[in-house]
Amino acid sequence: MSYIKDYIEKLNGRNRKALSIFLTSGFPDKNSFIDLAKQVLNSGADMLELGIPFSDPLADGPIIQASSKIALDNGIKLKDVFSFSEAITGGTIKPVILMGYANPIRKYGVENFLRDANNSGVKGLIVPDVPLEEYDSFFESGVHKIDVILLTTPTSSEERIKAIDEKSSGFVYCVSITGTTGVKENFSDEVINNISRTRSLIKKNKMMIGFGVSKPEDVKTFSPYCDGVIAGSAVIKSLLNNDNYDTTLKLISELSRACE
Amino acid sequence: MKTNYNYPDKNGKFGQYGGRFVPETLLPALYELDQCYQEIKNDSSFTSEYEKLQKEYNGRPTPLTFADRLTEHFGTAKIYLKREDLCHTGAHKLNNAIGQILIAKRLGKKRIIAETGAGQHGVAVATVCAKFGLQCVVYMGETDIERQKPNVFRMKLLGAEVRPVNSGSKTLKDATNEAIRDWVTNVKDTHYIIGSVVGPHPYPMIVRDFQSIIGIETKEQIMKAEGKLPDDIVACVGGGSNAIGIFYPFINNEEVNLIGIEAEGLGIETGKHCATLSVGEPGIFHGMKSYLLQNSEGQVEEVHSISAGLDYPGVGPEHSLLKDIERVKYFSVKDDDALKGVDLLTKLEGILPALESAHAIAYLEKLMPQKSKDEIVIVNVSGRGDKDLAIIIDNLSK
Repeated sequence: MSYIKDYIEKLNGRNRKALSIFLTSGFPDKNSFIDLAKQVLNSGADMLELGIPFSDPLADGPIIQASSKIALDNGIKLKDVFSFSEAITGGTIKPVILMGYANPIRKYGVENFLRDANNSGVKGLIVPDVPLEEYDSFFESGVHKIDVILLTTPTSSEERIKAIDEKSSGFVYCVSITGTTGVKENFSDEVINNISRTRSLIKKNKMMIGFGVSKPEDVKTFSPYCDGVIAGSAVIKSLLNNDNYDTTLKLISELSRACE
Repeated sequence: MKTNYNYPDKNGKFGQYGGRFVPETLLPALYELDQCYQEIKNDSSFTSEYEKLQKEYNGRPTPLTFADRLTEHFGTAKIYLKREDLCHTGAHKLNNAIGQILIAKRLGKKRIIAETGAGQHGVAVATVCAKFGLQCVVYMGETDIERQKPNVFRMKLLGAEVRPVNSGSKTLKDATNEAIRDWVTNVKDTHYIIGSVVGPHPYPMIVRDFQSIIGIETKEQIMKAEGKLPDDIVACVGGGSNAIGIFYPFINNEEVNLIGIEAEGLGIETGKHCATLSVGEPGIFHGMKSYLLQNSEGQVEEVHSISAGLDYPGVGPEHSLLKDIERVKYFSVKDDDALKGVDLLTKLEGILPALESAHAIAYLEKLMPQKSKDEIVIVNVSGRGDKDLAIIIDNLSK
């Protein structure tokens, strides 16, 4: 049994959807990052998704790109991401997962990466530029101690969604829209229909919805069709626009209340 | 003779290189593109339209010009120039743009996007969009917009929207990122015309096939002129499309030396260069596994070349394979030497080459002293240098 799946199931059993909050590792500030992450968890996040900054983040819109650049300018390296993870996971049962692009992981060595991630308490990994087709050659060993989470999108066929569910463990990341990460105003019926279709095809894993989740209403919109939601760009945008963390933490507690 | 060269495989791999390292959103579009391409490439209605456009619109075949004064200058092998500078729009880029716009039409796409560095690919795409009446958006780094102004103006005149990209090094790499992001967002109605043999499968294969017309013509032309194959073929390599285009039909002719020239910028030791195959190592970038200039953390390096078309930290996956199996030898030429190459070809042959192509010309300084009089060397002049006049004048007057 996957730790993450088990954890989400328990939340769902208490009539709660899981709220995962995305933070770019080492953004906005390297020294206070662990403190920020802990405050995010204390404000009602159920899970943390730590982004590994990359020079060329193809799946990300301008907001996360900007945070990634700041993190790299702050000198963030993979060893920092692991030490953040270790410090954050040390005092909580809430799962931490990593989101990173293929090249820094490949450069570190995929097996070394998975080992060090596991040793620092990380429970899952998302690599947006390693789709089904490249999974087997990228993750050569095939067996990992941490969950590898694949993404479905509105363009994924039924057949692909089933294969993605089969290959993933923990949860499947359902991308709500075609596009990069970002803040969206509202969601069309087409988006909802697609999410509902995806939900019906996912049997093995939990399903969490991300991309465009930015306010409590979005959480309410998606809740009937998922086991949890992921908010990223709205949080990063708030951190970019505010010097102290209060506004951002307030947003997170509002999102968290909407998960009930 | 080697006859078993047959890449990519069914997974889109050139040996260990290539593949489809892109977000899930794009995978269905890549399959659709591959399927469409497989269907049309042997379909006579497609090939006849494609060949007609290459002949009557692009001006193919381009000549293979004997460079008598350049030959005399070095005093060794005979030098021939493959004149892609004489293509409509001034570079080999239109060969691919014509093929891909016909695919876009078959796919029923209404909107075309492209990335561009030097602007030659952007101009080629804007041109075919004008010709076929499709909406065109070209992403171009702000640094390149500044240094390739004539091409920016041409694209606008052709009715394209040029979207400036101000992230990263503000060059081809960043323009490509932005084009991929656009495609992820608008994949339903948009076809992305990639300009080089880079990106996820099937692009490196499709662009290679459309550019192979360069090598196919060259082979016929040199056989007609000399009754034998050349000893060496030299081409510049950024992403590597003009090089693959002229090399590919000769890959099984092992007696022909194939030489790719990368941009060494200010020198390898300065870190300001684009010599990806010479000093990079395999990585994953822009949807493909290939050689990549990257730091110890796997972050992509910011690179430099005087030539916007070669200013790119990656390279096509097939070049990575050709390097590893040693079928093609790769060397690099510095900015200053490329400028001397411009001067040499202009003064001796009356041909003003693009700064990209001038890297291949400049390599003759190293190659020709090793050659003998009974040998033949062909250089691919991938484009003309009008777009670079401001940079050339500025640098030659220093």
